[in-house]
Formats: sequence, C-alpha cells, structure tokens
Amino acid sequence: MIVAVASGKGGTGKTTVATNLARVCAAAGRATQYLDCDVEEPNGHIFLKPQITQRQDVTVEVPEVDASKCTACGACGRICQYSAIVCLQDQVLTFESLCHSCGGCWLVCPSGALRPKPLKIGEVESGTVGALDYVGGRLEIGHVRTPAMIGQVKTRIRPDALAIIDVPPGTSCPVVAALKGVDFVLLVTEPTPFGLNDLKLAVELVREMGLPFSVVINRDGIGNDETQAHCTAEKIDIVARLPDDRRIAQAYSSGHMIIDAIDEYAGHFRKLATAIGCLE
Amino acid sequence: MKIAFAASGETLEAALDSRFGRAAKFIVYDTEIDAFAVVDNVQNLNVAQGSGIQAAQTVSQSGAECLVARHCGPKAFRVLSAAGITVYHSAAPTVAAALEALKAGTLEPATSSDVEGHWV
Repeated sequence: MIVAVASGKGGTGKTTVATNLARVCAAAGRATQYLDCDVEEPNGHIFLKPQITQRQDVTVEVPEVDASKCTACGACGRICQYSAIVCLQDQVLTFESLCHSCGGCWLVCPSGALRPKPLKIGEVESGTVGALDYVGGRLEIGHVRTPAMIGQVKTRIRPDALAIIDVPPGTSCPVVAALKGVDFVLLVTEPTPFGLNDLKLAVELVREMGLPFSVVINRDGIGNDETQAHCTAEKIDIVARLPDDRRIAQAYSSGHMIIDAIDEYAGHFRKLATAIGCLE
Repeated sequence: MKIAFAASGETLEAALDSRFGRAAKFIVYDTEIDAFAVVDNVQNLNVAQGSGIQAAQTVSQSGAECLVARHCGPKAFRVLSAAGITVYHSAAPTVAAALEALKAGTLEPATSSDVEGHWV
C-alpha cells in the first residue's frame, strides 16, 4: 500500500504527519518505508534522524555536441521546446539546466553530432530508523528536474511494504509526479482561509487523478470553521485532527517527533493509521 | 552597421524595454541608410523558459552586429557573445537617445551579463 501525505499549502504539517505515521506503523510491526519526495526542500531526515547506509547519484540525459560532426543545420534548435539547445550560424550551444531530456535533438540530428550524456541532478539516500526504512531525495541547487528526481525516489518503493510518501506542497508537476500511482492520499491542512483555499486546489487535483483521499486538520482550533463547513458540504472525510498544541510546536522546533515528545500522540497516530488502512 | 534595440514600442521614441528576453519589440536600426525595421518578439512573451536565449537568436537572425538593452541575463549573453554580437547596456530613456549615446561613443561594450538568470 502506498499512502501519500500532501497539501496544497506549504507548512501545514505534511512532514509531521508523514514521519509520525511512518514511525508508528513500523513500530506496530508492519514493514514500512518513509520516502521524502519533497526533493527541493527535504526535511523528514531532521525529525527521523536516519542512519544512512547508501547514497546514489541521480542523473538525467542531456545532449553533448561533437562540433567536428555538426553541420549547423539547426534541426536540434527547432525541435527543442525548452530553448535548451540553440543553433547559431556555425555552432550549437546547449543549456543543460533547461533540458527536459526528451531526446528530440539527438533523434533529429542528421549528422550524428549529438549524443546523450549523463548530468547529475541530485542524490537519493537510503537508510533506516529502527524498523523503519528511510529513502530521501535531494535535488541539487539550480536544477529544475524535480519530477525526474521524484520518480527516482519512487523506484525505491518496495511492493511488500507500506510506503508513506512525503509529497512537496502545491498542485504542480512535482506534486503530480509524487501522487502518481499511490493508493491513498492524506491532505493535511490548517483551518485558516489560506489553508482552505489551497486545500480546495489540492482536492481538485486528487479528484482529477481519481485518488481516494481524506483530510487531516492540523493546528485545529486556530482560524475559523470554514474548512469544516466546506468538507461537510463537499462530503470530504476529515479523518484526524491535530490540536493547536504548544507542546507540538516546541517539539517540532527542537527537531523532535511528536510521538516521542508527547505520550498520548503515538496512540493518536496509530488510530489514524488504522482509520486509513495502514494498520489493522 | 545594424544595431538592435530591445524596445517597448515600434518607434525611435519608444522606451528601451526593461527586459531583454521578453522585450515587446526589437528595433533594428541600419546606420548606413538611417532607417529601421521592427522585429516582433511576441512568440517569446509567453514561453515558460529560455526567452532570453530565443530573443538572442532573433537578434542574431536580424543581422544586427550589436545590441542595446537595459539589461541582459547570462544565458542570453552567452548566445549573443557566441553569435559575435556586442552588447551595450543603456539607461537611456528612449531608443533615439540610446542611439545618440552609441553614436557619440559614450556606451561601453559589456563584458558580461548585468543581471542574474532566472531559475527556470
């Protein structure tokens, strides 16, 4: 089973929910993986403090020009939709950071002057936190190939395990890449006008993708009742509420997990895990 | 000699556009006949990325030997340099004023881009 923890708005508590959920499931004896797909800003490791046992480079293919074979015909520049390769009168220039690795340029090159070469865009690290498996992706600064990086993190999903995916915020391509193929989505929100606005966008996205989902309200007690009213009207299941508890904020700001810092929360997260089918 | 100006309009009285890649127009002034042509840049206004690169290619295809623009980013500068186009940065209010400054020799050729690239 693959469960994604997502949100429209950033900072609503995705990582808090994903890390604590993963830990209680592993502690309950279920083979569990936590996968940090927020590869532009991964922070699950800060709370889980995994023992990293393996680091692997992630590469994508970009064009390499053999100037001795190039006839400057311009076919590569015309097919590129991303301005990643341009042909001037007598030479070809490439902009690797703009390339999306579609392969069009080396396919259309009539003189064999272009060939794919690997470009490192980041790393995937894996390790363990007790019984829990940890996988985290980290995109290098300046690179824009977030979906490719997320796809590489997701290749580490084990079919025999429960996979909890920490999704990047928003509703754009990286989020779609992280949500593709999951069995269930937890949408974490806060009950504020900003939270609700972005929750509506996230709901629209998961409905479009045909994914079953429930909402977790974090910092319950702040803001207003509009999120509750909206979920009732839209028949959206609110599966859990995390109260606006100062102790949670204190634990978070010191890099501690809620289930370690406050006794009753392991029980709350086990209940959530059971409610969405992660635990029996 | 042909000089390209990144302009916000179609006349010599138009202001220099504050952007190069997404400039409204390029005015290509031919000093030999004292006349100019207007090159559209509309195809670049809505591209997701690489507008500076495409605009630099447009300028190169116009036959211009130099470019006067308010600013120019690193990717565009790389294409312009490779195409042998001299770049001048100018704060002049209009294309006409920038042309006068260039003719008077008060503009220095740029040796690098003067603004940072965009992330995408």
